[in-house]
Amino acid sequence: MSDLDALESESVFILREAFNRIDKLAMLWSVGKDSNVMIWLARKAFFGRVPFPVIHVDTSYKLPEMIEFRDRMAKEWGLDLIVSRNEAALAAGMSHQQGRVTCCTALKTEGLKSVIAKHGFTGVIAGIRRDEEGTRAKERVFSPRGSDAAWNFRDQPPELWSHYNLDPPPGTHLRVHPLLHWTELDVWRYIRRENIPVVSLYFAADGRRYRSLGCAPCTQSIASHAANVDDIIAELGATTVAERSGRAQDRESEGAFEELRANGYM
Amino acid sequence: MTATAQAHSRPALPIVIAGHVDHGKSTLTGRLLQETGSLTEGKVEAVREMCRRRGMPFEWSFVTDALQAERDQGITIDTSRVRFRWRGRPYILVDAPGHKEFLKNMVTGAAAAEAAILVVDVKEGLSEQTRRHAYVLQLLGIRYIAVAVNKLDAVDYRQAAFDAVRGDIEAYFAEIGLSAAAIVPVSARQGDGIVCLSRRAGWYDGPTLIEAIDRFPDPILPSEGPLRLPVQDVYKFDDRRIVVGRIESGRLRIGDQLVFLPGARRARIKSIESWNTTPTLSAAAGQPVGITLDEDIFVERGQVASHADTPPATATRLALRAFSFSAVPLRAGESFVLRLATAEYPVTIESIDGIVQIDALGRQAADSVGRHDIADLTVTSPEPIVLDDGAAALRRGVLMRFAEIAAAFVINMPLPAPLPVSDPLPANDRNLTPTRSAIAAAEREQAFGHAGGVIWFTGLSGAGKSTLATALERGLFELGYHATLLDGDAMRQGLNADLGFSPAERTENVRRIGEVARILAESGQVAIVACISPIRADREHIKSALGESFLEIYVKAGIETCRARDPKGLYGRALRGEIAGFTGISAPYEEPAAPALEIDTDQLAPPEATRRLVALVESRLGRARAIQAAS
Repeated sequence: MSDLDALESESVFILREAFNRIDKLAMLWSVGKDSNVMIWLARKAFFGRVPFPVIHVDTSYKLPEMIEFRDRMAKEWGLDLIVSRNEAALAAGMSHQQGRVTCCTALKTEGLKSVIAKHGFTGVIAGIRRDEEGTRAKERVFSPRGSDAAWNFRDQPPELWSHYNLDPPPGTHLRVHPLLHWTELDVWRYIRRENIPVVSLYFAADGRRYRSLGCAPCTQSIASHAANVDDIIAELGATTVAERSGRAQDRESEGAFEELRANGYM
Repeated sequence: MTATAQAHSRPALPIVIAGHVDHGKSTLTGRLLQETGSLTEGKVEAVREMCRRRGMPFEWSFVTDALQAERDQGITIDTSRVRFRWRGRPYILVDAPGHKEFLKNMVTGAAAAEAAILVVDVKEGLSEQTRRHAYVLQLLGIRYIAVAVNKLDAVDYRQAAFDAVRGDIEAYFAEIGLSAAAIVPVSARQGDGIVCLSRRAGWYDGPTLIEAIDRFPDPILPSEGPLRLPVQDVYKFDDRRIVVGRIESGRLRIGDQLVFLPGARRARIKSIESWNTTPTLSAAAGQPVGITLDEDIFVERGQVASHADTPPATATRLALRAFSFSAVPLRAGESFVLRLATAEYPVTIESIDGIVQIDALGRQAADSVGRHDIADLTVTSPEPIVLDDGAAALRRGVLMRFAEIAAAFVINMPLPAPLPVSDPLPANDRNLTPTRSAIAAAEREQAFGHAGGVIWFTGLSGAGKSTLATALERGLFELGYHATLLDGDAMRQGLNADLGFSPAERTENVRRIGEVARILAESGQVAIVACISPIRADREHIKSALGESFLEIYVKAGIETCRARDPKGLYGRALRGEIAGFTGISAPYEEPAAPALEIDTDQLAPPEATRRLVALVESRLGRARAIQAAS
């Protein structure tokens, strides 16, 4: 069994636990590389299907290539796609100019909370990874969220030996993290092995590419000549720059991202 | 394949950093990451900025203490997992909190590890919390441990200070059954002894910390053991019914016959299902599989599939060593849901057999188990629990109180021998010294007015065994006999609740009933057994142990009569194929060669049959015989 097989095995096990135990289950799909891998793993777990709805929280500021990719792949993969927008906040003119944390909270966190409330989801699968960022390194695989989707990181329940917290109290929901144990490099190696489609923005054009995808105003491309998956894998083997270094909301101030996540950000 | 790509396919080794709060775990973690070149650009600068803002010197622990509250209080609250690479091998460093308050997080982190670094402050030595962490590592089954004796800089790298702590560690580890792969003097703050040895500790000639962990072997998946496949779910997305689960040990192939416990239903593997992979004929430990079966048998989450000749053990009573997470004490008599692999069983704590004393290493009697206690418990379940020594997932699990994980446990081995039961070893090979009763059979006979014995009713289901046995018990009781009914179905709800209906389990069922009957007979009572006991050899085995006091009664009735009576509705189900291995339909019945009495219930009404039975007992065990014997 290769290391990629072992990663895949654990993710498949987690997805099947979630599907077995959570009645109202959905998956978050950011359209980024990680959540494409997650959809792929769901098809592995459920023999070609994704047997629950897939949510895209659309801030309206996403890069246009992402929206095109989303609509094309949703059709090809037969996804039950729910697109959620915080229309009220957008109508009131919400943008990153009101402050990045404020904007992320309104358009992403609140957008997510409203779709959870509207459909009564009790479990939401999200493609976060421990190696992305310090607070995510402390996450549980099945992470209970309070009634306001808040993450009580000071008092997380025990979780061991594939025994997860599967039964959220009424009025709360579970975040399920099947990619928690993967690294950025693992994700790309798996994309190569399985030939998983990704948005073209990841590949270099005119000497720049995106390493992490988000909203256009707050996501920077990096200098790179990696034009295909092999190039990206070679580049990651040599870099010492953090993956999310191009994501402005992470570095607004010390603890800004922690605050976002404690309040329910993915 | 390039050299880089090959290096990637080595599995990452997860290592937990354990030890007392403030002994320097997070500092060591930060150092390890820095010295192995695993920190991303700007991370060190970011940490320097956090420290400057707090007006403190550079703090390595801020690398993993990602939460503001952790940095503000200077302690790790929750476990962090970070990757690093050393000489091409990937590691996952699990930084676990050392503060007593967050022991549940330490256990959560440590349970994910295959190896450990135990950090001990050279000035503080083996504190209670350090011992507790070492004990938790032992409980979690972590065998590869390197000890980092930290803060050598604070004792001027004196060898005597290190040697004293090393001696304590070796002694304590030996007592709890651990062994340290290496005990290394380090200064995490100064970066000594981690990747490079310190010149200031020139007296030390052992490995550096990184060399010590580099020697730990890769985790091995138990693919050579017997097959254990806990069923996770059953999918019916289309016309296929796919049974899914992760193979915990062993391997399976298309065509293999599987038995699903509990229930003991059997079927063969028709196909191994997958998506976007090349078709496969077999699968092994660690793989999540989907299989279809050749027969439409009932399968559900929680059952364990194995090969028919190597089934796992089952038990309704277990001895556990448990670690409590719960602020609410666990008490004897309290009920929980026990999770083992994918199964959930209702259990009750029968007894608390002691709390492990971390310092004195004894067990202390207690009537409740508090938070962070390590305790030995006996639990019972009305349902057979499928467990196994070889597959970790079937040896350790959690106790749930409603939705909360209240405790983690490891089943205390050795387990009852798995079925099928092989021939018992000769008693003198097992170092047994049975103590016999000091009361002679004749004394009991004198006191009770009759001899002890076993009246064994055998015959098909529906032949009338239970009817005659209960009538005989009543008849003997009214004559002043000490008589007790042992009904096969009743025994299967209690003593034999862990047994199914495979040939081996049926033999074991009869053997156990025979043992109970023998004990009753030797205590001077008359044990009346009603049990199909279809195999002649099984009955002969009991007869050979009891001799003259074993009276075999063959209750005979034609299969047509039995089917027509069918008091339990079993024949109907057996004929519909719902019960496999049903005696007289799909499993053999071997008639007794020379029963003490044969009763044909097609011919003889119950009152007359009972009269004959009482007469037989009177003549063979009764007062008349007792008086004869005395004279």
